[in-house]
Amino acid sequence: MKKTSLGKKLTASPYIVWSMLFIIVPLIFVAYYSVTDASGNFTLEYISDIGRYKDVMLNSIWLGFIATVISLILAYPLAYIMARSKANVQRTMMMLVMLPMWMNLLIRTYSMMILMQDTGVINSVLSFLNLPNVHMINTQGAVVFGMVYNYIPYMILPLYNIMAKMDHSLIEAAEDLGANKLTVLKNIIFPLSLPGVASGFTMVFVPSVSTFYISKKLGGNTFSLIGDVIEMQFKSANNYNLGAALSMVLMVLIIICMMVMNRFTGDDDDGGVLI
Amino acid sequence: MKKLYTFVLTLAVLFALSAFGASAYENEDFYKNTGLEGTEINVFNWGEYISDSYEDGCIDVNREFEKLTGIKVNYVTYESNEDMYPKIKNGGASYDIVIPSDYMIERMISENMLLEIDTSALPNYKYIADEYKNMYYDPDNSFSVPYNVGMVGLIYNTKMVEEAPTSWTALWDERYSGKILMIDNPRDAFAIPQKILGYSLNSTDEKELSDVAQMLIEQKPLLQGYVMDEIYNKMESGEAAMVPYYVGDFVLMKDINPDLDFVYPKEGVNIFVDAICIPKCTQNYDAAMLYINFLLDPEVALSNAFYIGYATPNTGVLEHEDYADMRENEYLYPSEENMPDTEYFRNLPQETLDRFSELWNEIRIHGTDNTHIYIGFALVGAAALFFIIRKSIIKKRREYWYNSL
Repeated sequence: MKKTSLGKKLTASPYIVWSMLFIIVPLIFVAYYSVTDASGNFTLEYISDIGRYKDVMLNSIWLGFIATVISLILAYPLAYIMARSKANVQRTMMMLVMLPMWMNLLIRTYSMMILMQDTGVINSVLSFLNLPNVHMINTQGAVVFGMVYNYIPYMILPLYNIMAKMDHSLIEAAEDLGANKLTVLKNIIFPLSLPGVASGFTMVFVPSVSTFYISKKLGGNTFSLIGDVIEMQFKSANNYNLGAALSMVLMVLIIICMMVMNRFTGDDDDGGVLI
Repeated sequence: MKKLYTFVLTLAVLFALSAFGASAYENEDFYKNTGLEGTEINVFNWGEYISDSYEDGCIDVNREFEKLTGIKVNYVTYESNEDMYPKIKNGGASYDIVIPSDYMIERMISENMLLEIDTSALPNYKYIADEYKNMYYDPDNSFSVPYNVGMVGLIYNTKMVEEAPTSWTALWDERYSGKILMIDNPRDAFAIPQKILGYSLNSTDEKELSDVAQMLIEQKPLLQGYVMDEIYNKMESGEAAMVPYYVGDFVLMKDINPDLDFVYPKEGVNIFVDAICIPKCTQNYDAAMLYINFLLDPEVALSNAFYIGYATPNTGVLEHEDYADMRENEYLYPSEENMPDTEYFRNLPQETLDRFSELWNEIRIHGTDNTHIYIGFALVGAAALFFIIRKSIIKKRREYWYNSL
């Protein structure tokens, strides 16, 4: 039983080769670049230089965290309602969640910029209605909004998945035993949905922290996120080593954040989220 | 009625075809029977830097080249010299044509990244004005063919400024806080404080460089953003009041937003020549030569001059009757007395370039107050700790309770 059959090995091999080539090897490259200088000699200069980027890193993690929490608050009730509705309603709602993802992230973000500008669509409509204008673009709020807008489907989907599969008899049992709605939510539904919360958290948090395009377009580029700084090293400053070192440190920080996160969900045996 | 419509349409199409189909280009035989039909050429150019539509009497240069030669053009753009350089330097992609600016050409020649161009093999090279030959970056004209000439000046929206700026210091004017845009590449951004402080654009002095960086850091709170090609959107819509940018782009923006105006600040400006080169990584050298010759053709260059709005070194265009109006444009071709002080960028030694990107990095990461983030993290951390402890206490109690049964 324990021995994997040849068939299993063969069917698994394409993905193993794939992940070796496109996940493991690039990671090794990143690690290699982060501890060498431009001429290929070993150095810890770039890693130890990280202190200078402390503020940018903290700011990125903070904004990513806020965006994730907002996504969670918005997505949780929606996922619950979705999971409880009729099959055809579920399909339609799923469509609506997925629909924006058919468009490229860059285009979506660029159009957000045009909407939110001081002379943009929203403010033009407000002026037309004689309402005071709102300054939205080039603020941290706009960047968080962009993150939530772009990544919220990644929060809804895992939550919806786990809630749709939830055993309804447990809820009925709790209600039979006299639990009110709040108690059911707090003691039954929420604990059961924790694995979904955890994977949704990861899937929104990680891309939000390392994003660069969103902050560039919606934040006006005057305050940089760590993704912008890394992008700049590769794109125009031509300093691959610093870029790789920053990526390494960011990766470690994200892993630490995820480990803290898993303390809430992973220590009971039903957890089983990634890392 | 419908028939008449179709008829008119057909006539129009026929007319258009005859207008473009007639041999418009010089020396068309030069492009025929070269044996390169069916091959491809990869062109790497600045954004918004070639005529690519048939509107307003312009031509789609790449399409016309394809039609004429049967060579397929793959056209890719970049936003600045600094973006382009690593892509050529680090290989991985093969480009046949690239159009960097003067100082970048000097650098690429010194690093042996360009192939020689035999200008005598280009029939249209005769159109290049003598004043743009033997430039400092390529004294023998052996690596580059001038494409466009321009200067950096200050574009501003007359409706949004209180008085017309004459100095670069307007970009530090607190009255326009939040309405100022800054150009997003280190060389051009540094050039502005350098001019204000009276330094050379090619200074390698450490103190001068850090003075300049300090000025840019002071400017940062007043900025709306660092931008390149989005300048079009932001200035045309009146989103921003002023930005330092290339004069040719101003000419185009003014067509869309007539409130815009332009000035060469009194402290002096950067002048540049962008020239066509063939990088070492080329895989279709002969096609690249055809392409260069095609870009120099007066008809093509005229279309480009209209479409991208930069001053041209092509005498075929300068003497063209259709171009007479543009030739009079005081911004593009300032007369002797209005000519600002100009200075070319030069390639800088590697240490200075490293220092540039270090300082640029510092400017970009220079942030505002972060205390609220520290407080936020502390609160989140405390909350997390509280829940973890509570959870373990509950667990212990439960275990104790089970055991006592």
